[in-house]
Amino acid sequence: MSVGKPLAHDSGPLHVTGAARYVDDIPVPAGTLHVAFGLSHEARGTIAAMDLSEVRSTPGVVAVLTANDLDRPVDVSPSAHDEPLLSTGEVHYHGQPIFLVIATSHRIARAAARRARVEITPRPAVLTIDDALEAGTYFEGGPVVWTRGDIKSALEAAPRIVEGQIEIGGQEHFYLEGQVALALPQDDGGMAIAASTQHPTEIQHKVADALGLPMSAVRVETRRMGGGFGGKESQGNALAVAAAIAAARTGRPCKMRYDRDDDMVITGKRHDFRIRYRAGVDEDGKLIGVEFEQFVRAGWSLDLTPPVADRAMLHADNAYFIPNMRIVSLRLRTNTASATAFRGFGGPQGVLGIERVMDHIAHELGMDPLKLRLANLYAKSGKDETHYGQPVKGFELADIIGSLAESSDYHKRRAAVAAFNAENDVLKKGIALTPVKFGISFTLTHLNQAGALVHVYQDGSIHLNHGGTEMGQGLNQKVAQVAAEGFGVGLGRVRITATDTGKVPNTSATAASSGSDLNGMAVKAACDEIRGRMVRFLAETHGLKPKSILFKDGKVHLGNQRLRFVEAVQECYMGRVSLSATGFYKTPEITWDRVAGKGHPFYYFANGAAVTEVVIDRLTGEYRILRADILHDVGTSLNPAIDIGQIEGGYVQGAGWLTTEELVWDDKGRLRTHAPSTYKIPACSDRPAQFHVALWGRKNHVPTIYRSKAVGEPPLMLGISAFLALSDAVAACGEVYPALDAPATPERVMMAAKRVAG
Amino acid sequence: MTAPVTLSLAVNGAVHEVTVPPRKLLSDVLREDLGLTGTHVGCEHGVCGACTILIDGQPARACLTFAVQMEGHDLTTIEAVSEGDRLSPLQQALHQVHGLQCGFCTPGIIMTVTAYLRDHPDPDEVEIRDLLSGNLCRCTGYQNIVKAVIRAAAEIRARAPA
Ligand code: FES
Ligand code: FES
Repeated sequence: MSVGKPLAHDSGPLHVTGAARYVDDIPVPAGTLHVAFGLSHEARGTIAAMDLSEVRSTPGVVAVLTANDLDRPVDVSPSAHDEPLLSTGEVHYHGQPIFLVIATSHRIARAAARRARVEITPRPAVLTIDDALEAGTYFEGGPVVWTRGDIKSALEAAPRIVEGQIEIGGQEHFYLEGQVALALPQDDGGMAIAASTQHPTEIQHKVADALGLPMSAVRVETRRMGGGFGGKESQGNALAVAAAIAAARTGRPCKMRYDRDDDMVITGKRHDFRIRYRAGVDEDGKLIGVEFEQFVRAGWSLDLTPPVADRAMLHADNAYFIPNMRIVSLRLRTNTASATAFRGFGGPQGVLGIERVMDHIAHELGMDPLKLRLANLYAKSGKDETHYGQPVKGFELADIIGSLAESSDYHKRRAAVAAFNAENDVLKKGIALTPVKFGISFTLTHLNQAGALVHVYQDGSIHLNHGGTEMGQGLNQKVAQVAAEGFGVGLGRVRITATDTGKVPNTSATAASSGSDLNGMAVKAACDEIRGRMVRFLAETHGLKPKSILFKDGKVHLGNQRLRFVEAVQECYMGRVSLSATGFYKTPEITWDRVAGKGHPFYYFANGAAVTEVVIDRLTGEYRILRADILHDVGTSLNPAIDIGQIEGGYVQGAGWLTTEELVWDDKGRLRTHAPSTYKIPACSDRPAQFHVALWGRKNHVPTIYRSKAVGEPPLMLGISAFLALSDAVAACGEVYPALDAPATPERVMMAAKRVAG
Repeated sequence: MTAPVTLSLAVNGAVHEVTVPPRKLLSDVLREDLGLTGTHVGCEHGVCGACTILIDGQPARACLTFAVQMEGHDLTTIEAVSEGDRLSPLQQALHQVHGLQCGFCTPGIIMTVTAYLRDHPDPDEVEIRDLLSGNLCRCTGYQNIVKAVIRAAAEIRARAPA
């Protein structure tokens, strides 16, 4: 049995010796050139003049290209065709690529790019949500509105109304390995690309378009990424396309990588949101209706904003039954880097919106927030349908929360926190328990498909390939376990290979937490196919019933006889049985009408809950996370060690988003936090002093791969408990509701503590 | 003053002659000229710790060091941490205890901790958290890295001649 074991990451031995190759580590042919962008120094305007002579004359520079020098319009957007690789005259954000430099080294290309003299006639830039509202710069022609029930009468009739607003900052991915791509021109005019990307097929598509080639002439390979988190779903397109254009021009291999500062300035981040809410409740805290306005800062181009903003709307209920609802979503165009996919994909903002509402209501009613949450959870008998019409099935959050409250000693600790706060004036503690219910599937239904390619060689070794990409999440390991299980052999026989558009075509991005759900199933289908052929052949030649043939413990059991796996393979090979197969999977049961906001967009929900306790210093705003307890639902885990790693990492990343990770743009639209020296991601000393993570082990109620559940994104939202614990601590400083904005930096905590104290 | 200079660098017990621009970073020389790509570059300004190597046995950031400064010094990179084919106790522990996901931060962490454990064989958890604060990891949440360091330290102590 391989499935279900806590086996270590397949690349572990390579990582600990420094031997694991990332794109920038691949040995390149002599004569490889390097590409860098020249960037806009204005947030908005028109290019009036461009003098690139000094760039061109820099020793080592081979060529300099502007949009006018390209053979055709080149777009690098994921869908909307609104992102020219290089500015075509208009500049839409500070940091937008304007020209590209091809040089003999990375440093020369970068240094030369900075010698350009580009004159831009500035225009007033639309930078903030307020700017965009004032200027009326909406994507998709205006607000998207979904409703359920009769919100107007519900709010009129509600005994209590709680209303407010929360600002939610964006988040920089800070994948430790920056964006990078390498293009190798082929002898037949084709192009081979190695890219750090979650979406090789999209890179293939964009490079083919840029070069005027069919997709069949472009091959993209991705062995691994040094982190992705959504930041490599569409944001790698520009580098791969630029490198490919440079390679096609010069006939030489070309590589492009962003330095960290460029990476942070050029690429998109998590969408920042403003959420305004108006909630009607009865005196017992039962929700009667909630109205949300979600203002989404999308940046200059559409990128993935529509599905991100949709997902925020789809998660505006989180785990709660809300009989009447109205959600207005405004996707605002601003002159900033185009916000993009980030772990959770809009879900976290939606969830934070309703969790904030719960926190606020509990404060107003003087109710225990956990009791309030439990009273509003989805439940059977008429309280089990979401606002978009999907039944909530297999919903175990009440049990999960109950179990977590007990294991974390929530009630006792809440009382202890209150006692501590009564005795301490400067230090205040806070505690919060928040759940998460996260919908699993791409909301763009056609993306829910995957392919795999499996070969069994004559020596019994197995070559495994699938459409998912490895970014550290352990996808390859999990999928290899599925393959080993399929043939009843040890993991040592299974060779994991790089994702390659030449092996498995038309793949979806490795995103939406779907990697192992989709690719695991596709791999299983391929293995089942080969095993089925072997069984049929062996049954015939050995005069047995197919049913009596078993693949187990590295052996093939033929009635009373046992063959080693390799012997069985050889018999099949000699008998001319095909030992190679593709596998395919598409998620069943899903339908979605995004205009109406109705349907069954998710195959199932992943659930979890976290309790976080914090302490703040009300005078300085400084704080510490004292303890975090998590109970998270991964169905029947394919690999518990990998899943726990995802949960811990997700929590810390989510807590970072809402606490220390602050993005600051100045009034010229320049990102001022473009390096880890100014943008603070959690360090080891920031993690909770006590950290307990457990898996909720019940099997998935739908037949996913070995009844497991997706785990990539949902745990990020467990970090919301850290934010609301801070809110709880601040609330202890006075009577007024803290109404903290995110991220709750020490400055914000200090100011809120002052405000609350009056 | 940008004419290339020729230096000899002592890296992982061997001496290499390289001819490089005077302002070329040590991290770039290791990666590009010597092919030692296990030294990763994450931020290029001394914050993330991915490029940590040992200079005369002490952890240092290769991205903040010019190669020309390194003549006469003894450099150790991740490629020389294993004992022959055998992983060091720390390498072993990071792998087995799941102290890595994408692995990009791993070499830097190994260099930082290897040097520390040499002089401090019995660190407590608080010490380890402080030690690791200069090495950013975006994937793991650090929990398993701390566990791995504890396990490695115990293993090293057990191996040491009493
Ligand atoms: S690359 Fe040297 S510290 Fe980040
Ligand atoms: S494992 Fe990815 S950054 Fe540490």
